[in-house]
Amino acid sequence: MSSSTSTAPPRPSFLNDAGVRAFFYQAAVFVAVTGLLYYLISNTITNMSQRNMSAGFDFLDVSAGFNIAFTLIPYREGDSYLRVFQVGIANTLLVAVIGIVFATIIGLIVGLARLSTNWLIGTLARWYIEVLRNTPLLLQIIAWYFGVFNLLPRPRESIDWGGLFFLNNRGFYMPGPVPQEGFGWTLAALLVAVLGAVLIVMWSNRRRRATGRIFPGGTVATALIILLPLAVFYGSGAPLAWDWPTLRGFNFVGGVSVPPAFCALVVALSIYTSCFIAEIVRAGIQSVAHGQTEAARALGVKPSRTMRFIILPQAMRVIIPPLISQYLNLTKNSSLAIAIGFPDLVSVWMNTSLNQSGRAIPIVAMTMAFYCVVSLAVSGLLNLYNRRMQLTER
Amino acid sequence: MKLGLTLLAAAAAMVTVSTAAYAQATLQQVRTRGSLNCQVGLPTPGFYALAANGTWSGLDVDMCRAVAAAIFDDPNRVQYQSVTSAVRFTSLANGESDMLSRTTTWTAVRDTQLGLEFAGVNFYDGQGFLVPRASNITSARQLDGATVCVLTGTTTELNLADYFRSHNMTFRAVTNENVNVLVETYLGGGCDAYTNDKSGLASRRAAFPNPNDHVILPETISKEPLGPVVRHGDQNWGDIVRWVLYGMIEAEEMGVTQANLAEMQRSTNPGIRRLLGTEGNIGQGMGLPADFMVRVIRHIGNYGEAYERHVGANTPIGIPRANSLNALWTNGGLMYAMPFR
Repeated sequence: MSSSTSTAPPRPSFLNDAGVRAFFYQAAVFVAVTGLLYYLISNTITNMSQRNMSAGFDFLDVSAGFNIAFTLIPYREGDSYLRVFQVGIANTLLVAVIGIVFATIIGLIVGLARLSTNWLIGTLARWYIEVLRNTPLLLQIIAWYFGVFNLLPRPRESIDWGGLFFLNNRGFYMPGPVPQEGFGWTLAALLVAVLGAVLIVMWSNRRRRATGRIFPGGTVATALIILLPLAVFYGSGAPLAWDWPTLRGFNFVGGVSVPPAFCALVVALSIYTSCFIAEIVRAGIQSVAHGQTEAARALGVKPSRTMRFIILPQAMRVIIPPLISQYLNLTKNSSLAIAIGFPDLVSVWMNTSLNQSGRAIPIVAMTMAFYCVVSLAVSGLLNLYNRRMQLTER
Repeated sequence: MKLGLTLLAAAAAMVTVSTAAYAQATLQQVRTRGSLNCQVGLPTPGFYALAANGTWSGLDVDMCRAVAAAIFDDPNRVQYQSVTSAVRFTSLANGESDMLSRTTTWTAVRDTQLGLEFAGVNFYDGQGFLVPRASNITSARQLDGATVCVLTGTTTELNLADYFRSHNMTFRAVTNENVNVLVETYLGGGCDAYTNDKSGLASRRAAFPNPNDHVILPETISKEPLGPVVRHGDQNWGDIVRWVLYGMIEAEEMGVTQANLAEMQRSTNPGIRRLLGTEGNIGQGMGLPADFMVRVIRHIGNYGEAYERHVGANTPIGIPRANSLNALWTNGGLMYAMPFR
C-alpha cells in the first residue's frame, strides 16, 4: 500500500463515512440493549413488589424442611436452602461425571465395533446407534425407570450377587468402605505412586524421542499405581472396614446405596450419549487416510502401536470438538431427572425449593448461573486440551 | 442492523403491552375474554376429574363453574388449566390463570410471601398414609425406615418430614411432581406407603384396580384447609371468589337448593331474600348483579349439593360428611359462612 496521499480516495462526507456509521450503529444497539435490560429488570422488580412477592437471597439460610431421597453430601430435613442448592449441585455433578465416563467407554467400543469388518458386529453396532439415537431421551429415561428399575423385585426378594451387592426396586446396594486409623498411609502411597507414574511416562517419552528406544512406560506406571498402595495397605494391617448392607425392617440398611431413579438416569444418559460418541469416534478414525496405516505397516510398526501413535492422535483432532459438546449435552440433559424424581439440581432446587419458598427469580438465576459456569468450565478445559492436540504448523 | 433495531423495538413494545394488560382488574379481563381461566390439578377423581369427552367435574371444578356462573350466568365459560403442584403458584402469580381451585392448603407463607390471597376453605382435610393391606401395617408409627412416595412442592412433603422428625423415625422419600408417576411407583412396590391429604388418598384409591387391597392408616398428621386462591392485590376479585363460596355455604344453611330455587325466590325470610338479591344488592359492591347467587345456585346448587355430588358417601370416593369437619357449623362442623348482609 502506498503511503502517498495523492492515491488515497477522497475522504467521504461525515454522514457517509463507514467508520462513523459503524460507531453510530454500535452505540445505538448498545443503548437499546441496555435500555431494554434496564426496563425488564426494573419492570420485574416493580411488579414483584406490587404483588407482594419477595425477591432477594435472604431465604437462603431459612430451614428447607423437606427430605431428599439421595444426597452425596450430608443433608438433614432441618438444613437451609443453601444446603439444598449444594446437595443439588453435588448430585447433578455426580450423574454427569459417571454418565460421561460410561458414555465414553460404551461410545468408544460401539464406535470401533461399527468399523469392524465382521458383518454381525458392524450391523449390531449400527442398529444400536440408529435405534437409540432416534428416540427422545426423555422417553428412554422413563422407559428405563418404569420398564426396568421399578419392576425389579421387592427388597425381600432382592437380586443378590454373592451377599455383597443387592438390586431391588428401592435401589442398588453395595458394601461401603469405612476407613480406619492408618488408612491415610495408603492414600499417601497412592499419591506418591501417581506422581511417580507421571514422571516415568514423561521420562520414557523423552528417551524415545531422543534415542528411538522404546521403554514400556505405560505398563510400568500402571503397575506402580496398583502395587505400591496395595503393598502399603496390607503392610499397615489393611485398615479398612466394610459396612455391609443388611435387610432390616422395610429395606436394606447400611453400605452404599443409590435409588432406582439414579440407576435409570445414569443408564439412559450414558447409552443415549454413547450413540453420538460412537459416531464421532467412527468419523474421527475414518478421517485418517488409509495410507497412514499402510505406511506404518510398510515400516513394520505393530498394529496396536499404529492405532495408538499414528491413527488415534490424528483422529483426536476431529474427535475432540464434537466430543466436548456431547459432554456438555449430557450434563445439561441430566436435568430431565425431574421426570423420574431423581433429586438433581433442577429437581430439588428449581422445582421443590422454588415451590416451597416461592422465590422464583433468585432460584432460577442461581440455577442458570450454575449451568453456565459448568458448561463454560468444561468447554474451556477441553478447548485447552484441544489446542494442544491440534496440528502445530511450522 | 436496521432489522435488529426493529426487533428490539418490537420486543420492548410487547413487554409494555403485556404489563398494561396486567394492570386491568381481573373481573374486567375475564369479561373481556369471555371466559374464566381456572387452574385445576392433574385429574383427581372427586375434586377435578376429567371425563372421556374432555369435560371437567368435581368439587373444586364446581368452584370454577360457580364463579363463571356468577359472572356470565353460564357455568361453562371456563378455560381449565391442568397444572402440577410445582408450578401452580407461579402460574397464578404471573397472570396465566385468574384463580386456582385445586386442593391447595392455606398456609401463612403462601398467603403472605408468594403474592397470593386465599379466598376461603371449601374442604377441611388432613394428611394420612396409604399402605398395601398385605403389609399388615396398622399405624403410621410402624413406618420407621419406610420408603414413602410424596408429591414434591406440597405442604405434604414438609409435614411428612416434620412427622418423622418429631417421632424420631427415619424415612426415605420418593418424590415426583406428577401424581400419576407416584401412584404408579406405589402400585409397583417402589415405596412402602403413599402419603397425601386423606381426601386425595380416598380419591386415588377409588381408581385403583383393587381398592380393597389398600388401607388408609388412622393417623392424621396435619391440618390441611383446602380452598380457592387468587392473586394478591386485586381485592375485588378476591371478594367475588370468597363470597361465591360463602354464598354456597349460606344457601345450604338456609335450605336453598337447585330444586327449590324458584320457590325460595318468593320467600319472605330476610336472610334468603338478601342471599338471592331480592332484597338489597350485595352483588353491587363486587361489580356483579344483585342476583349473582341465584345464578350460582341455579347452575351449581349449594355447597352440600356439590359435596354429595362429587365426594359424598354415595360416590366412589365416599368421604362421609356427617360428624366431619366439613359438616355445617350447625351440625358440629367447620363450614361457616360469614353473614350475608
